[in-house]
Amino acid sequence: MAKHVNITIDGRSFLVDEGKNLVDVARENGIFIPSLCYFDHIEPPLGTCRTCTCKINGKFGPACTEKVSEGLTVEVNTEELKDSRKALVEMMFAEGNHICPSCEKSGNCDLQHMGYELGISHSRFPHLFKDRVIDYNSQRMVMEHNRCIKCLRCVVEVFTDDGKRVFNYQSRGHETYVGLDYEQEARLTHEQAVNAMNICPTGAIIVRGESISKPFGDRKFDLTSRREDFDEKPKSTKKPGKKTPKVIGTVSLAGCFGCHMSLLDIDTELLDIVKLVSFNKSPLTDFKEFTTRCDIGIIEGGCCNDENVETLRKFRENCDVLVSVGECAIWGGLPSMRNMIPLGECLEEAFLNCVTNETGSNVVPYDVDLPKLLDRVYACSEIVKIDYNIPGCPPDAQHIWKAVKNILWGEEFSVLYSEFKYD
Amino acid sequence: MKKAKMNAGQNGSKQKDDTLKSEDVNTPLNVLAEPPRTQMLNRLWEFQMAKGYISESDISTLAREYDLSVIEVEGVVSFYHFFHRTPAGKFTIYLNNSMTSELKGFRRMLEAFERETGASVGSVDPTGTFGLFLTPCIGLCDQEPAALINFYPFTNLNTLKIRSVITKLKKGVPVSQICDQPDSHIRYTTKKNEGIFFREFKPGDALNKLSRMGPDGIIDVMRDSKLAGRGGAFYPTWMKWQAAAEEENKPRFVLCNADEGEPGTFKDRVLMSEVPETMIEGMIACGYTIGAEFGLIYLRGEYRWLKEKIDKTLDLYREKGFLGRHCGGISDFHFDIRVQMGAGSYVCGEETAMIESLEGNRGEPRTKWFFPVQKGYLQKPTVVNNVETFCAAARIIQIGVKEYNKYGLPKSPGTKLISVSGDCNLPGLYEIEWGMTLKELCDLCEADDPWYIQESGPSGTVLGLEDMNRPIAMFGDMFTQHIRCGGAITIFNKRRDIIQILMNYANFYKSESCGICTPCRAGNFIIQRKLEHLQNGLADADDLEDLKKWSFLIRTTSRCGLGKTANNSLVIALDKFADYFKDHIAPSDKGLNRKFNLEAATHEYESYKD
Repeated sequence: MAKHVNITIDGRSFLVDEGKNLVDVARENGIFIPSLCYFDHIEPPLGTCRTCTCKINGKFGPACTEKVSEGLTVEVNTEELKDSRKALVEMMFAEGNHICPSCEKSGNCDLQHMGYELGISHSRFPHLFKDRVIDYNSQRMVMEHNRCIKCLRCVVEVFTDDGKRVFNYQSRGHETYVGLDYEQEARLTHEQAVNAMNICPTGAIIVRGESISKPFGDRKFDLTSRREDFDEKPKSTKKPGKKTPKVIGTVSLAGCFGCHMSLLDIDTELLDIVKLVSFNKSPLTDFKEFTTRCDIGIIEGGCCNDENVETLRKFRENCDVLVSVGECAIWGGLPSMRNMIPLGECLEEAFLNCVTNETGSNVVPYDVDLPKLLDRVYACSEIVKIDYNIPGCPPDAQHIWKAVKNILWGEEFSVLYSEFKYD
Repeated sequence: MKKAKMNAGQNGSKQKDDTLKSEDVNTPLNVLAEPPRTQMLNRLWEFQMAKGYISESDISTLAREYDLSVIEVEGVVSFYHFFHRTPAGKFTIYLNNSMTSELKGFRRMLEAFERETGASVGSVDPTGTFGLFLTPCIGLCDQEPAALINFYPFTNLNTLKIRSVITKLKKGVPVSQICDQPDSHIRYTTKKNEGIFFREFKPGDALNKLSRMGPDGIIDVMRDSKLAGRGGAFYPTWMKWQAAAEEENKPRFVLCNADEGEPGTFKDRVLMSEVPETMIEGMIACGYTIGAEFGLIYLRGEYRWLKEKIDKTLDLYREKGFLGRHCGGISDFHFDIRVQMGAGSYVCGEETAMIESLEGNRGEPRTKWFFPVQKGYLQKPTVVNNVETFCAAARIIQIGVKEYNKYGLPKSPGTKLISVSGDCNLPGLYEIEWGMTLKELCDLCEADDPWYIQESGPSGTVLGLEDMNRPIAMFGDMFTQHIRCGGAITIFNKRRDIIQILMNYANFYKSESCGICTPCRAGNFIIQRKLEHLQNGLADADDLEDLKKWSFLIRTTSRCGLGKTANNSLVIALDKFADYFKDHIAPSDKGLNRKFNLEAATHEYESYKD
């Protein structure tokens, strides 16, 4: 029988088996240490994702490579550590090209789930938009390198029956990716291949014809949440004081107007809004130019052409506060899917080589009256200073209104888990 | 046995051990204890050197030989930047792009090479004769600009020299005939003019004393001398040796870390070309102390030109009976050494990454689940020490700890080798006594208006004029803030651009990270992007704060020393040279002035205007 040792986690003492893994020990005692790469049956642990970083005896270190010993003191949920964990997951979002709305694994994805659990609304890091090629060469599998977080799970877990590796890291540094051995992959049984897809914490390994999409409600993370405030009612806000009328400007740049549509979902509260605010330059009023200075400018969509850039700069000039609403404004969103492909290739595919082209119409449109396309889609913050971001695709109407109210009249409010978990 | 035969001949020690095996069943467990896969790098080198690249069929051959999947072999090949998957030219040129090289005219050299060879950087010329590639520091910072052609060194380059070298190569003169013999540039060996490292040394000088001292005696001497890991970590050597000696597992190994990758460091190069004997005897002493039977020298690919010399010295030692069975005449001590070539990877200087590389894997650092002295090479107890540590150990045994402790400070006895490069008149190797101040060193090397001093390479710290009176020491006393120098001082004068220096380092870490953990792989990439932003004049004060915060994150969450130290210089420079950075950020006026270059962004689309 294993020796018992005393350890302290976040000030609480526990009596646990010596030599056990700290992640397991914490979990058994109801303390959740987030991890994306940890597999309890693999020794030594992988230690690649680093999201389980804790303060162990006062020093930063990953929990997954720590064996508990007598007197161990661990800090797990301090503000600093929560933030650095959040930052690491944000880093994965900035490094890969994660476009959840178009991903098969959405709702079943560990990374997405972790994002929600840690309350990540947007990444503090600039998106790297690294060009990653999707590998369709295998007969059965697709390697979606855009989504891979290099956790090493598939490398150490998936072997052929005679013990050969199917996946392995390739290259190094920022070029590192997980390569697939087509020959060995073909020798896997169907179950083994599906297993590879399932152990992937993201949607990087896809088995053709084998769906991982499930109906809403049945997906892995639809109903599980460790967030305590999931069902909480909004905290009673400070009694609103007298509200002075304010002026709002809105615009949709490279967006789909979905965020504007969402804004209209405020329903009956619209009646209150009309009393409190007036809209200046906005598609809602159809004012083409600013006629007065605005208190707040709401931007939907990123910048994909020079006209967007010009409009955005005008908004910066004419508004006191600028707010990016929705993913496209915050980091490029769906339009930025083209950032991984050179502009020339995009245009040629759309206008020259497309099968549905009318015969003879093989020119890329160019006219002085047409806005000029930029080399890639830019986030608004790359062009002017943005004061606030309201994430979502689209953000919930109540959420937008609450945030705007908060900015305009300084009211307190807190974003509830149910308000930003859209998926 | 088939595999052993296939490998025989490429490595002298191997043949020898095969014959040993057949003679005596009680043969020491040396090369034969190493599984075939440990030969992976050597096999890849053979292919690379024979054809200039590693082909598909070579990879499948190896996969079959080692019973691996192709992807696993490809993973190893693609990890090391001296291995190519497409032909790299009859003459493969690696021009150094480290910061010292940039100071000494890297751009012009690159242009000259491109002009003369007809190859553009990163590719091979149309005739397939010359391949032109860049590589980080090749350990010749005292004679930059420098390049390797087919791994032979060419130093102090200028455009005329490049022209004459390329012309000769085109005429068919062998590279080995026209390459340079890098000068050791030993500029200073303590005040007494007789330091410790470069005294006279005859083979056996240390070895002959081993049996008299006994393992415990050696550990005592190491403890008294306060010798500590000279790679820069300064872990007490005696503790490491003792820990390994106390392990139960056998066989045990001694690894010499000659993967001197830290840009600006070249002390090990000088040691290995001047006194390889001391390194070897240091290893033997360690082997004797911990009861090891085999030693390996992991020599970085950039120092391939030194391999012949080390191999010859090893052969000499074997002839004299100082290596092999009953090593040095000690009856129950069998010890042999082989040299393993690295293949271009900075992270392999990290001890666990080096062990992975020796085992024929990708050089990814291990987690700290076990220490190498518990489970190191081949999961056996292993002592890993730097070249300088082994050399110092041999010297301590040779001259005695009393004589050794006469040098330096009471808390940091002995001398330290420091590679000095950058803006100074006398770049080269300085053997200083611990305790010398930075100013004294700068005066010795005739530094030209020092302003920004990089200590211990990019992963070390940044020093400025205010640090001039600090002593260089392992351990300071209460009153002085000592500088714990791992072996390199790079001096930059006031005309240099700090952002350019930091950018060079950021690019280095971005591509040298092993890529296994998130903060180091993605984080260093993000830092590099942010610095690019700063270099373009687009950053504001918030961006500088971000750089500091993100560097802290990378430091606290990375898996190994590379990530933990990668942004040290950046953070210190941001603090120390705050005024400098203030002049390089955008003025704050509500973010309207954020420079976005519309012309550049629409340039590509403009090409559709007919």
